[in-house]
Formats: sequence, C-alpha cells, structure tokens
Amino acid sequence: MSEVQKANADEPLLEVRNLRLSVRTDEGKAQILDHVALTLPRGRILGVVGESGCGKSTLARAILGIVPKAATVESGEIRLEGRNLLALSDRTMTREIRGRRIGFIPQDPYLALNPVFKIGAQLLPLLTWHAPELKTAADRRARLTNLLRRVQIPEPEAVLERYPHQFSGGQRQRLMIAAALAANPSLVIADEPTTALDVTTQKQILGLLKELTVEFNLSMLFVTHDFGVVAELCDEITVMYAGQTVEAGQTAKVLTAPQHPYTTALLACHPDRSDALTGIPGLVPSPLQAPPGCRFAPRCGAVADVCSRRSPKLVGIAGDHFVSCRLADETRSATP
Amino acid sequence: MLRFILRRLLLVMPSLLGLLVLTFILIRLVPADPAAALAGENATPAQIAEIRRQYGLDQPVHVQFVRYLGQIARLDFGESAYSRRPIALEISQRLPATLELTICALLFGIAVGIPLGTIAALYHNRWPDTVLRIISVGGVAIAAFWFAIELQMLFSMKLGWLPLRGRLDAGITPPSPITGMLLIDSLLTGRLDVLRNALWHLTLPALTLSLGGIATITRFTRAGVLDTLQKDFVTYERAQGYPAGALIWKFVLRNSIVAAITQIGLLFGSLIAGAVVVETIFDWPGVGFYTVQAILTADTKVMLAVTLLIGVIYAVVNILVDVVHGLVDPRLREQD
Amino acid sequence: MLVLKKFAKDKPAVLGAFIVLIVVVVAIFAPLLAPYPGDAAASHLLLRLKPPSAAHPFGTDNLGRDILSRVILGSRGALAIALLVVGTAMLIGVPLGLIAGYSRGWLSETNMRITDVFLAVPQLILALAIAQLMGPSLQSAMLALTLTYWPFFTRIVYAEARRLSASLFIDALQCIGAGTTRILFLHVLPNCISPVIVRATIGMGFTILVAAVLGFLGMGATPPDPDWGLAISESRQYLPEAWWFSTFPGLAIFLTVLGFNLLGDGLRDIVDPRLRRSR
Repeated sequence: MSEVQKANADEPLLEVRNLRLSVRTDEGKAQILDHVALTLPRGRILGVVGESGCGKSTLARAILGIVPKAATVESGEIRLEGRNLLALSDRTMTREIRGRRIGFIPQDPYLALNPVFKIGAQLLPLLTWHAPELKTAADRRARLTNLLRRVQIPEPEAVLERYPHQFSGGQRQRLMIAAALAANPSLVIADEPTTALDVTTQKQILGLLKELTVEFNLSMLFVTHDFGVVAELCDEITVMYAGQTVEAGQTAKVLTAPQHPYTTALLACHPDRSDALTGIPGLVPSPLQAPPGCRFAPRCGAVADVCSRRSPKLVGIAGDHFVSCRLADETRSATP
Repeated sequence: MLRFILRRLLLVMPSLLGLLVLTFILIRLVPADPAAALAGENATPAQIAEIRRQYGLDQPVHVQFVRYLGQIARLDFGESAYSRRPIALEISQRLPATLELTICALLFGIAVGIPLGTIAALYHNRWPDTVLRIISVGGVAIAAFWFAIELQMLFSMKLGWLPLRGRLDAGITPPSPITGMLLIDSLLTGRLDVLRNALWHLTLPALTLSLGGIATITRFTRAGVLDTLQKDFVTYERAQGYPAGALIWKFVLRNSIVAAITQIGLLFGSLIAGAVVVETIFDWPGVGFYTVQAILTADTKVMLAVTLLIGVIYAVVNILVDVVHGLVDPRLREQD
Repeated sequence: MLVLKKFAKDKPAVLGAFIVLIVVVVAIFAPLLAPYPGDAAASHLLLRLKPPSAAHPFGTDNLGRDILSRVILGSRGALAIALLVVGTAMLIGVPLGLIAGYSRGWLSETNMRITDVFLAVPQLILALAIAQLMGPSLQSAMLALTLTYWPFFTRIVYAEARRLSASLFIDALQCIGAGTTRILFLHVLPNCISPVIVRATIGMGFTILVAAVLGFLGMGATPPDPDWGLAISESRQYLPEAWWFSTFPGLAIFLTVLGFNLLGDGLRDIVDPRLRRSR
C-alpha cells in the first residue's frame, strides 16, 4: 500500500474542528457552539452525548448546513471525505452532500414526514435527485422497495401509496431509515432517532441501525442524551456540555474511566447505574452569558480557582482519549 | 364522503332558517305598512287593502310565516315588480353570468395571490415582504367601484383597448345557452369568435373583482407558508437534500394551501358581494346588477330572493370548502 | 414602552398611523384647511369642470366647485360615519359577545345563531337592503351599517370570552365568590379589549369603504353633501374628459382606508404574538 493511499484510508470520514456558531436573538448574541471538535473514523458509530440544549442537535444541523437563518458559523472546519463543507454553497450542499453523501434520520418521525404527500411521492424523488445511476422510474422504485423490505416494512409496494398518518411510530422511523439510505450515503446522521419511540420499538430500531451500518459500510453520527443507547450502539463517544466538547474517546474507555467531572456526574445520573435518582446541582449556563473559564465550573464538584479564570483546552490523554479539564492538564503536566 | 356532506348540510340549516326569519322580519315588519310599501307610493287605500288581502298580510304573523316558508320551498318568489317576470326565472338566467365572472376573478386571484404570498413568506420581514404587505393591504382598501371606473376611463374610453360594458359586442349572437357561461358554451359549440369576445369583455370586470381576492390570498398564503416553514418536515426535507424549488413550490406550498383553503372559500362569498358593485359598473347582466336594480327600484321581493340566494351560495361554498379541504388533506378524510 | 418600540419598527404600521393622523387632523380643521370652504354647498357654473390648476389643484366638478375643498370637507363625513357606526356596533356587539361567551345553554346558543345569520350574507347586501327598506338617507345608511357590523364584534368577543371562561383564573374568581357582572366587566372584558381594538381599527376603514359604496349607489349621502362616494357617482357622466372629478375623491377613500388597515394590521401583529407578522 502506498503512502498516499494509506493516508487516505486513515483519514477520518468526518472531522469537525474548532466549530463556533452563534445565534442572534433579541437579547443579544448566543454562543451555541464553542470550539466543538469531533472525529468520526470510517465505518464507526460515534455517539454525541449531552443534555438537551447542549448544542448537539445544532451540531448535526451545522454539518448538514441547515442551521436557522439567525445562526452564523463564525469559524471552524467541517471535513467530510476531505471536503470542507463550510466552504460549499447551499446549492452544492443540496446537490452533492445532503441526501447523497449524508443521510439524515430525524428525531420525531411523526413530524418529519410531509402529511399531505404519499410515501412514494416523498421518497421516490430523493432517488431522482440523488441516485442518478438509477436511470428509470422502475429502477428507483425497485431500489426503494428493496430498502423498505430490508428495514422490515411489510408490503413495500402498497406502502408507497399510503400517507404518513397511516403508519405507526416504529414503522415511520423505519421509513426514515430507508429514506436516509436511499442514495447510498457514506455518512448517516441520526438525531435522537429513538427518543420519540417506546422502549421495545427503540430496541428494534437500534438493532436495525447496527446491522445496517455494517451491511451498507456506513459511518454514523448518533446524537443522543442516553448513555445506555451509546453503550449499546456506539464505538466512539463525544460528550458535549453547554456548546463545548468536554470529552471524547472510545466508548468503553469513556464509560469505564470518565475523565471529565461532567461525564462522571452525567454517568452517575443514569438510572441503570444508581439506585437513587440523582442529578447535577445547578443549571446549564445560558448561551447568552457563558461564564468565563470552564463552563461547567459553577456546577463542578472538583472546581478550583483556575477554572473560572481560564478555559481548559481539549487535550489528549492516553492515546485517543481527549478531555477538556484542568485535571487532565495537571495530570499531563505532572507526567509529561 | 356522502355522510360528511350530509352532516355539513345539517350544520348550515339553522343559519339558513335564521336567514329566512330575518328576511321575513325585514320585509313584513320593518316597513310600518308592508302592504303600502308593496303597492307603491301612488296606490289608493282600496288597492292597499286588496294587496293586504292578496298577500295574506291580514293573517296572524305565524300563519304568514308558514305561508312564506311554503313559497320559498317551491322556489316561488313571485314576480319582479320591475319586469313583471317570475323572479326565479330571472335569477336562473342571470346566475351563470355572475358565476362566470366570480369564478374567473377567483382563479385569477389564486394564480396571482399564491405566488405573491409565497414570495412574501420567503422574504419574511425583508423589503419584498414589506412591499407586498402594503400592496395586499392596499388591495383591500381600494373601493372597487372607483377602481372599475378608473380602469374604464383609461382602458376603454381613452385607450380603447378593452370594451366598456356588457358580456359581448352587440353584433355577436351568443350560442344558445348550455351552461349559460359564455366561455364554456362557446368552447362546447366551437365558437371561438364568441370565446375571444367574451374573454375581452371579461377582462376588466374580473380584474376589478379579483383585486381584493389577490390581496386576501396573498396574505393567507404568506401566513400558511410561514407556518409550514416552521414544521419539522421542512427541516427534514432540507436535510435530505430536497432541491429548494421543489421544496417550496411543491412540498411546502401544498401544505400551506390546505390552511389557506378555508380563506379562499370565504373569499368566494365576498366576491359574490363584490360582484354587486362590479356588475353595476360594467353593466354585466348577472345577479349583482339585478340586485342593485331591485334595491334602487325598491323591488322588495327581488331583494328578498337575492338575499336568500346569496345566503344559500355562502352555505354551499362553505360545504364545498370542507369537501375540498378533505380532498387535499388526507388526514381529514378519515375522520368521518 | 416595549409595545411602542415594536410598533415603531413596523414601517407599514407607522405609515398607517401617520395617514390616519393626517386624515383626523384634516377632518378636524377641514373648514380652515379647505381653500373654498363655501363650496360645500355653493355652485359656480362658470367654473364647471376645470382641470387641475394652481387655483384648483384637484380641478372643479360639474357645478364648478373646488374638488380639493370638497375632498377635505368630505373627510369629516366619512370619519363621523365610521366612528358612529363602529362605536355603536361595538356597544351592541361586545356585551352580546361577553354574554354568549360566558354563559352556557340556550342564551349563548340563540345569541350565536343570530350572529351567524347576520354573517351568512355579505354585509354590503344586507346593508343595502335595510337602507332601502328604511328609506334611502344618510341616517338609514348609518343604521344599516351598524345593524350589519355588530356581529363581527360579537364573534371576536365570544371567542375570547369562551377561552377565558374556561381558564383557571376565572375558576378561581368564581371560587372566591365574585359576581358574574363583576367577573365579566372587570376581568373578562379587559382581556378581550385588544382584539376588539384591532377589529375596530380595521372596521373604521371597512365602514368608510362600504359607506362610500352606499353613497355611490345613492343610498347614503345626498347632494350637495361633499361625500366622496357620491362625488364619484356624479362624475361618471363627465368621464373620461373630467378624469380629476372621479380620481381625487377615490384616492381620498383609498388613502384613508389604507391608513386604517395598515394601522389595524400592525396593531394585530403586536396584540397577537401568535400571529405575529403572519396573518
């Protein structure tokens, strides 16, 4: 294998560096994402975890280039297969990236399907736009029905003639999965795809997603607030707090030996891990007035003077495990 | 569907019955002596007494009312005091002209209003939106009779481009009525000369009449599109790479129109009212012109018949709106 | 203050407020502002149908009267009619809506059915019919307009009162034994006031428009009143030569109604944040 090819194969499929995004509001500028970083190697599933409002959904939207009008990406880089998506026009994003290179699975399948169009009328055009290799309508229909069959939707031919309200939640999410895979993307972004579903359906959908990543040779960015889901599904994990990446690494490492006090606290809250319902004292800071220094400092059990003065950087400890906390800085400087 | 329509019919019944009572009160009770009013100013006391007996005005009120209901049920509105011809016949001859005019105005209003409203929504709160807002508020603020006169003055009298009044030039014999609507009849009989001439005559009245409609449809389409743009499925469709054109003009617009349909239906009612003015100015031989003649000549029975007719048209339009609503919104169809 | 600030940002609404202000000022000082205040009634046959000039910026009409003066004087009638009609319609419609919305059973039902009947026919046609039956005159026209406009207020207040009467704070008031009248006028009514004001503002413009139609059809103001609708009706036989005769009174109607509508539209945006900048 030549050097060049090797570099290419090692290169992560998706890499987000130093992403800053703010939203103009009536009360001023809100910093929604601040120096966010993540790396998704090819063929892996990366879980992005955090409480609601931490910016994880906005991150997903920023990658797709569909942030609200009031939002501006201030700096950073989003590289997909070597291309910087932030440099592409909206038109190019529509023609070449969204739906084609990146498939999207939404949070709430109840609301994500257009209520006044039949399933076929909504999903078949996706193939017309994004799968030009399929020349005829019959080819497109065949691809879609095969996919529907694969995601275990019975009678796929008849399904194309039905309206969204005629399906159950689980079936709708299967439809969304089929739609995301329709144009053979390399990346799938799933934004809390199981939150709106009941527990049994949730399990089935997660199982299906796991199978499909292998089968279709996909990489997946899985946004969730649920560590249980991450543990079951994801190879890698990125923890976000108040718009910042606080910890990242392989799932097993992060879950068994969390380095950031926030990750530790969050894990402690998980009902599987503790008998009593615990929480993290204090509130997530408003993005309008982020505290100086570490954003978690006001709620942190291991807070020190330095925390409110200086923002910690995301630094690597032990291989590909990254943390942004003074504790990690200290460990590193103590053992260079 | 049939049950749906029947239920709607039942719902409008109380309103129509109320309208009957109201017209009855207006005609029989408001004038101090209805017989004198019916007989006219120069009638002798003997004539008035004769009329009183003939119309049953010497009977108790409830007997009169039942008798009145019986007449209405047989569509017996009596004779026009002005032309001495049966009112039901006159109305049936004039209704097609009015329908032709109002339907054309409505279609024109839809064809212009929907794109304008969509554009306004897409440029929400920017200058095209502001300009369109002033125009659409202005469209409702223009007195139709004045606008009609100004159009006549410019295009008919000064420039001579368009005819001043009527439905056809005097030299042209219309085909024998099939539907009574010249545009349709001329097409059915292959009389293209009539078609062209009729369209020619229709332009100014339909334009005047559509003015308020354009304004209203623009407003409601704008509201509908803005509302739809907030929906999750639009975000989803953008994320999946629906091209902007198809997204707005097909997938968003269909949803927005569902919301605007009720308003378009109500609009048809107000167009019928507007026809009263427009027909008068363009000598359009429809029901509106007839109404004004009746009112100006104090032809009470015609006024009554026309008021009832318009009430019925309003009710029918409302039912039609519900039906169309069901047709475009699959969710409503199954609620019955 | 916040409301004012929001309003000031809304350019069309500010434009509307500005137009309304001008019309009101013009109406109040009409006899002082009109170059020929006597032309309300006088006629100067030698000056018939003169095109716009320095002496008569809007030209003269078929009786040689200055159209500018008559347009200015006409603003009084238009505003007076609109104020009286909308005011009276409010006085009838608002209490009825309160009662219908707050009470249950036959009283509410009858009330709303009657309202529906009035709304089942276009206002213009009903008003024309009523005006004719009462004998054409300015008074009949105003009465007819009032009789056909109150249901709009009933409708709005009904909806608001219905919503409020189901709300917790009204329940609480009933629990502490507040009387019905007290609840209605001190607690429900103030909450309905904003949509009523919006409707009234738009209703002013609307009434001016319908009154002009009545005037145009000869069912309202009578000569020699300086009425805008009447003037347009009189102008018809002198067209297209005397274009100014119809054009300026029509523009006066348009601007006045536009002012009220833009203002009402802007107020609606402020009052109803749900519909903000949408409907």
